[in-house]
Amino acid sequence: MDLNAKIPDGPIEAKWDRHRFELKLVNPANKRKYNVIVVGTGLAGASAAATLSELGYHVDCFCFQDSPRRAHSIAAQGGINAAKNYQNDGDSVYRLFYDTVKGGDFRAREANVYRLAQVSVNIIDQCVAQGVPFAREYGGTLSNRSFGGAQVSRTFYARGQTGQQLLLGAYQALERQIASGGVKMYPRHDMLDLVVIDGVARGIVTRNMVTGEVRGWVADAVVLATGGYGNVFYLSTNAKGSNVTATYRAHKRGAGFANPCFTQIHPTCIPVSGDYQSKLTLMSESLRNDGRVWVPKKKGDARSPDQIPDEERDYYLERRYPSFGNLAPRDIASRAAKVVCDEGRGVGPSKMSVYLDFADAIRRLGQKVIADRYGNLFEMYERITGENPYQTPMRIFPAVHYTMGGLWVDYNLMSTIPGLHVLGEANFSDHGANRLGASALMQGLADGYFIIPYTIGHYLASAKLPKVTPEHPAFTKSIDEVKAMSKRLLGVGGKVPVDELHRELGLVMWDYCGMARNEAGLKKALGLIPQIRERFWREVAVPGSNEELNPWLEKAHRVADFLEFGELMCVDALSRNESCGGHFREEFQTPDGEAQRDDANYSYAAVWEYTGPGSAPRLHKEPLEFKNVKLATRSYV
Amino acid sequence: MSTKTMTLTLQIWRQKNASSPGSMQSYKLEGVSEHMSFLEMLDVLNAKLIKEGQDPVAFDHDCREGICGSCAMVINGRPHGPRKGTTACQLHMRTFKDGDTIAIEPWRATAFPVIKDLSVDRGALDRIVAAGGYVSINTGSTVDANAIPIGKKDADEAMDYAACIGCGACVAACPNASAMLFTGAKVAHLVKLPQGQVERRGRVLNMIGQHDREGFGACTNHRECSEACPKEISFDAIEVLNREFLRAQVTGD
Repeated sequence: MDLNAKIPDGPIEAKWDRHRFELKLVNPANKRKYNVIVVGTGLAGASAAATLSELGYHVDCFCFQDSPRRAHSIAAQGGINAAKNYQNDGDSVYRLFYDTVKGGDFRAREANVYRLAQVSVNIIDQCVAQGVPFAREYGGTLSNRSFGGAQVSRTFYARGQTGQQLLLGAYQALERQIASGGVKMYPRHDMLDLVVIDGVARGIVTRNMVTGEVRGWVADAVVLATGGYGNVFYLSTNAKGSNVTATYRAHKRGAGFANPCFTQIHPTCIPVSGDYQSKLTLMSESLRNDGRVWVPKKKGDARSPDQIPDEERDYYLERRYPSFGNLAPRDIASRAAKVVCDEGRGVGPSKMSVYLDFADAIRRLGQKVIADRYGNLFEMYERITGENPYQTPMRIFPAVHYTMGGLWVDYNLMSTIPGLHVLGEANFSDHGANRLGASALMQGLADGYFIIPYTIGHYLASAKLPKVTPEHPAFTKSIDEVKAMSKRLLGVGGKVPVDELHRELGLVMWDYCGMARNEAGLKKALGLIPQIRERFWREVAVPGSNEELNPWLEKAHRVADFLEFGELMCVDALSRNESCGGHFREEFQTPDGEAQRDDANYSYAAVWEYTGPGSAPRLHKEPLEFKNVKLATRSYV
Repeated sequence: MSTKTMTLTLQIWRQKNASSPGSMQSYKLEGVSEHMSFLEMLDVLNAKLIKEGQDPVAFDHDCREGICGSCAMVINGRPHGPRKGTTACQLHMRTFKDGDTIAIEPWRATAFPVIKDLSVDRGALDRIVAAGGYVSINTGSTVDANAIPIGKKDADEAMDYAACIGCGACVAACPNASAMLFTGAKVAHLVKLPQGQVERRGRVLNMIGQHDREGFGACTNHRECSEACPKEISFDAIEVLNREFLRAQVTGD
């Protein structure tokens, strides 16, 4: 497996400029001869599809939702980072780069992160020009707030709906291109295979989710922007449809999968209320600007929160991390919540939650200011729990939120399969072992608006692409395999709904490959997952037929993949004998209970090669070199 | 939190596909927790139907936190159900009581053909946006973000309109199945901002033209749309839309 990251030479500040000059160009008249497939219409996919069409390429764009506007980027709440330094508080491209590399616990590729920080400023310009209604000051300038892992205010936001507004900006740009004919949009299409011909990605196979038609689509390059795999845990903050199928099936066709065990557990989510629970709801990290996190000092303290005086409360983030306080990064805040709950100091009916308290902020600023900042989040909390957070503290607990792992890509965002490009959460490149708040929106839009439009041209201008038709045997084979899998799923004839087996897998993943992992637990999970998978193929009930809208068949395909992919995550977690960011191996911690990295042995991206069904995946390593940031123990004390 | 459970009778619209006739079917569901969301209640029903070898109920849903706009069902005659400013996925069963009968139907409008059961095709809304619901600016051809000052009040008002999630409840609530609130929200969002001025005239004419071609009805001021809107988009959006439409026709500007 060739893991040459193709990082340009020269000082880090000059790499991207130099690279843009060295990239081959496609002349404007020739661009329309190329057909590019974009799968997924979140921030990365929609911005890529729109921009590639603006440049003149023909784009076929696919999403499984009924409209491209519904991709899960829409749910991002808090904001988007950019090194604008509008607040005059010491921000710079270098500082955003530094914070992001440190926030990722030194497991990201320096050159990619630097470029991300550089283009962050262009993203805000672009979005404002589209009419994205970012929050403003009275003087008319843009407003900022702070997010975890940073000591400057560089987060731009649109109330608690930043992802929605950024996505609608990209979606509107996409609709404009659809109207112009540059993009052909195919909603309610599920990508179920990648077609590789002579080692090069030449198309995809989809199932039309309304008619059941399975067909192939030919392209000169394929772009996957299909999001993360947090739903392997069943319960997560992801949308119900979010899945690993596109990237995992590309992995089975030869794409290396990097750092699959790097998952982000978000500290502030509404706790689980019962076993019918279908998803978890995030409460934006921005709430930690004004909310204080605490639990009672005493174990098993059953008093209601207003009966517990201040001196009997443990504001444990402020105590343990005084300089960042409640804005400690996500992995650290999540683990700290787990520690106090494991000690028996958790609150609420399940004792598996902590308080996020706004009483001080309401006293200081007044309820109106708090309502202005977080009103929609408070309302959402009240709707779900039936409790009023203006009067009683919110109860929160960590939940699976984001996956830093993904398909391996080089500096050009191309995977180990030539022609297959991967953007946004679906790739692995920028966040290392932990993602900082407000950086996902930044990366999705950086990849889609400002990176792939340059690098894909270089690929198309350099590659030799013989003419291929959908009648090519590779397409026929792939289509037959997809149809056979659907037939097999529909034919199991068992009695157990897909969700039940998915929930079982999720519990195993959460218990043994969640917030804390150890060797014995991971080995146990590696024994349990194949058993659930075997039961799935023997007992699953998939009602209905292929030739109709069949959400249960869609789900069965996805869960079948999660049941294989979960194993790969555990294998990766077991092979990384260190703790870093969201990957916390209990065997490797400092006396204070912080993650203990092993830079001498694990300063690499672990890239897994698929070697066939039932065969162990093969590990390849991309060494990570840090020439601009000094490797240090990550400290937020 | 103590947990109450309830037994419900569900009357659900079942329709195999666009070309088959549909009908209301009755289902009894026991042990529904008050903390469940409405869609979780349907998940429980579907798990039961699957185990009994019956056909489960198809419905659209995705984020389940009230922002993607996927979920779409008329509950007891009201789009998204009885709670104001709340999508079906954010509606919780504590809104109902033991022994209730709940009627669940799809959005009904000529422009939203039923695909199956509660799932309808809302592609018409995307085509209205494609007709002009954007600022025509290519990636990269921009000035610095702070070079365009926008007053806080204008930015906030633009945001109020931009909060539309495109679910189509406004259409389902309207006796004329008009999508004027949806269309007006986008027109009003962009007209409040300096970026939206250049294409102001063409935008409103093209979007209304597409709205009418899709088979949505006209607005006759019933105001049911903003009453049903889960994001509480103000009816003012339609006033802005009408004003912009008139201005575009009369002044040619």
